[in-house]
Amino acid sequence: MAFERDLNLEATELRLGLPGTQESRSNKRSLPDMNIVDDQDHRSGSSRVIANASNATKSEEETTPPSKTQVVGWPPIRSYRKNSLQAKKSEAEASGIYVKVSMDGAPYLRKIHLNIYKDYPELLKALEDMFKFKVGEYSESEGYNGSEFVPTYEDKDGDWMLVGDVPWEMFITSCKRLRVMKGSEARGLGCAV
Amino acid sequence: MRQDLTVQQMSEDDDRSPPLDLRCGAAPSINRARNCSGEAVSGSGSSTSSSIPASVPVTVTEYQSQYPDQVLEIVLENVLQFLTSRRDRNAASLVCKSWWRAEALTRSELFIGNCYAVSPDRARGRFRRVRSVVLKGKPRFADFNLMPPDWGAHFGPWVCVLANAYPWLEKVYLKRMSITDDDLALLAESFSGFKELTLVCCEGFGTCGLAFIASKCRQLRVLDLIETEVTDDEVDWISLFPEGETCLESLIFDCVDCAINFEALEKLVARSPFLRKLRLNRHVSIRQLYRLMVRAPQLTHLGTGKYGPSEVAQRQGDTEPDYIAAFAACKSLVCLSGFREITPDYLSAIYPVCANLTSLNFSYATITADQLKPVICNCHKLQIFWVGVPCVIDYQCFEEIWVLKLILAVIMQALDSICDEGLQAVAATCKELRELRVFPMNAQEDVEGPVSEVGLQAISEGCRKLQSILYFCQRMTNAAVIAMSSNCLELEVFRLCIMGRHRPDHATGEPMDEGFGAIVRNCRKLTRLAVSGLLTDRAFGYIGKYGKLIRTLSVAFAGDSDMGLKYVLEGCPKLQKLEIRDSPFGDAALRSGLHHYYNMRFLWMSSCRLTRQGCQEIAQAMPRLVVEVIRSDDEEETDNYVETLYMYRSLEGPRHDAPKFVTILR
Repeated sequence: MAFERDLNLEATELRLGLPGTQESRSNKRSLPDMNIVDDQDHRSGSSRVIANASNATKSEEETTPPSKTQVVGWPPIRSYRKNSLQAKKSEAEASGIYVKVSMDGAPYLRKIHLNIYKDYPELLKALEDMFKFKVGEYSESEGYNGSEFVPTYEDKDGDWMLVGDVPWEMFITSCKRLRVMKGSEARGLGCAV
Repeated sequence: MRQDLTVQQMSEDDDRSPPLDLRCGAAPSINRARNCSGEAVSGSGSSTSSSIPASVPVTVTEYQSQYPDQVLEIVLENVLQFLTSRRDRNAASLVCKSWWRAEALTRSELFIGNCYAVSPDRARGRFRRVRSVVLKGKPRFADFNLMPPDWGAHFGPWVCVLANAYPWLEKVYLKRMSITDDDLALLAESFSGFKELTLVCCEGFGTCGLAFIASKCRQLRVLDLIETEVTDDEVDWISLFPEGETCLESLIFDCVDCAINFEALEKLVARSPFLRKLRLNRHVSIRQLYRLMVRAPQLTHLGTGKYGPSEVAQRQGDTEPDYIAAFAACKSLVCLSGFREITPDYLSAIYPVCANLTSLNFSYATITADQLKPVICNCHKLQIFWVGVPCVIDYQCFEEIWVLKLILAVIMQALDSICDEGLQAVAATCKELRELRVFPMNAQEDVEGPVSEVGLQAISEGCRKLQSILYFCQRMTNAAVIAMSSNCLELEVFRLCIMGRHRPDHATGEPMDEGFGAIVRNCRKLTRLAVSGLLTDRAFGYIGKYGKLIRTLSVAFAGDSDMGLKYVLEGCPKLQKLEIRDSPFGDAALRSGLHHYYNMRFLWMSSCRLTRQGCQEIAQAMPRLVVEVIRSDDEEETDNYVETLYMYRSLEGPRHDAPKFVTILR
């Protein structure tokens, strides 16, 4: 099941946090596995709570601020609802996604991590190395003139676009997958072959 | 579902002779009836005759008495066709064997509240002509991660039997079931007239499964996926609906978190003239929404996708479509939802439809009270309202820093008024409100929230017809709850979740006993109750004393001792579903419900004070109860302590598909 991400509203939170404190919430799904039982509550039996490490602010497993505990499944909000609110944030952090790269004629696809490249030349070089081909020079009016292969990508709206037209930052956030087309097919995208 | 357990106890009246008038007057015509409508009679005839003991000589009166029974059965079957309420049908089936038979033949809607209470074969054996099936699986607390995954509730065994038994099956409704793609494939292939599929809180399948449904169910009218997890198999299921005009009336897929082929969706909507309900997922932009609305102005229920402009559009500086006109054109719109990733500026587009709205779901929209008010103040006909409330301050950091605490208190005051204000606007305008749900956007218990007793009080004064409320808040007072109990006498569902555990009345410091006590005492129609906050056994005493109609009770972090649970089990005769977590109830309390467990659908108790011995006693005392002890995934079978008890009545005994972390006690 995909109930893996926790609610994390840092970006929209109004916080008066002490300088230097980081807050990250642990993966709720892992709580039963962590198997840490803390009999905090004298009223009930050992409820499934996770005792916080009060010092380890950097560790990924820290939950709320020191001395507070998080209880599994409380308050009773369905993960579906929590995740729906989380989705907005992850979309904004579109960096960090792997995108599929297909190449016409290749037997299988590859995946690359877009964020590790700083600009188009780096990306193109990486693609060239991966699939052993060469692209020509990019020009706005003529695309990749003279190339045997042309890099294209699918954007958020589902359209196939030529790599290089939009600013790099915008490309990163809107690119969903890459396809290296044969130059002959790419005529419609502005290449003169 | 008492009739299931009293099969042996049903009255046998086949030996009874029929009333005098039928015996004398009806015999000749029955002869004719027998000859003409041989089919109808023979079905019941054979079973009637078999009940006459072979050793008893067949006298004239007994011989004649077969026919009146048959007439009665034919008449009964014809009459029972019209009986739709399953509770009425259950009662009818208890009258006598022939009524049992007739009812079984005429029941077309099969409702199974617990998929393990009865086996698919048994259901098929009794009910021969079923068109619609409702199946419910996991207990509700599984939604909150209180149970490891793969506990069960598999649709597989059911769909196999249904496929063989009911070729004319039209509707399937599943809640909290585990479904695979193969199950959906089998479903799609087996029923040529299949019309409606509704999946609520289900999981286990992906867009692959949806593709089977879309492509093979040519008569499909309803495909509703509600809060269901669907994995992205990267299959373009939307484009697999049949070409040409479809029968689609309802398409709800807001929970399917995968990109969809918008062109295909647009064409689908364009060729679905009967489409009334459409709920999109967040991958559909507002511009795309516009295109769909233009094609389907006949919609009555609309769920938007992402409700705000995309970056690309903004940069390109395209002219915006006329959203207001699009909404205005939807003259039949009564239900609006969605509004994910909302840009509040665009809210004004919905003003034209507000006056007709009966249902509005803003629970995924992060908006302020000021943004909400202009919308709400037009919604005079609103009956159902769901809203999410942002809680933005992490308070607990500053326990020790009193200056900051002071500043925060002031800010909190302001925030309180902001969000309670939104509810006050609702209270002022929505006089027809029947159902209200207030969710926290930031679901942590230590965050101070801007919704409090002020909002609840306002709602209770303004919305007198309220029937159902689900209200999350950080703090509450008895006074506000008591006010609601005296103002909202139509309440059937009262679910108050004070997110801070064990929080008393924040004005008086008292437990919340009196508030909930007033609810059960004053709200005579109450059937569902969820309690929270600091509660002593007294609160349960009130529930047991006054909650005579309560069917569902949810308890968390409440009570002092076994007496609490005892009050409830001894006092609430209609109790069917009881879910308890983290409360100090032990074996003695469990024993006090022995007289009642067969009347209940289930009992859930987690993190209470139960021991294995105690649960074992119950299992031994009640053979038709399945007593499951559930451990967290990797725990070893520890000592006597029972982390989670889930028990339910069943005709089948222990299930065979229990995973390793479930032990069924005998």
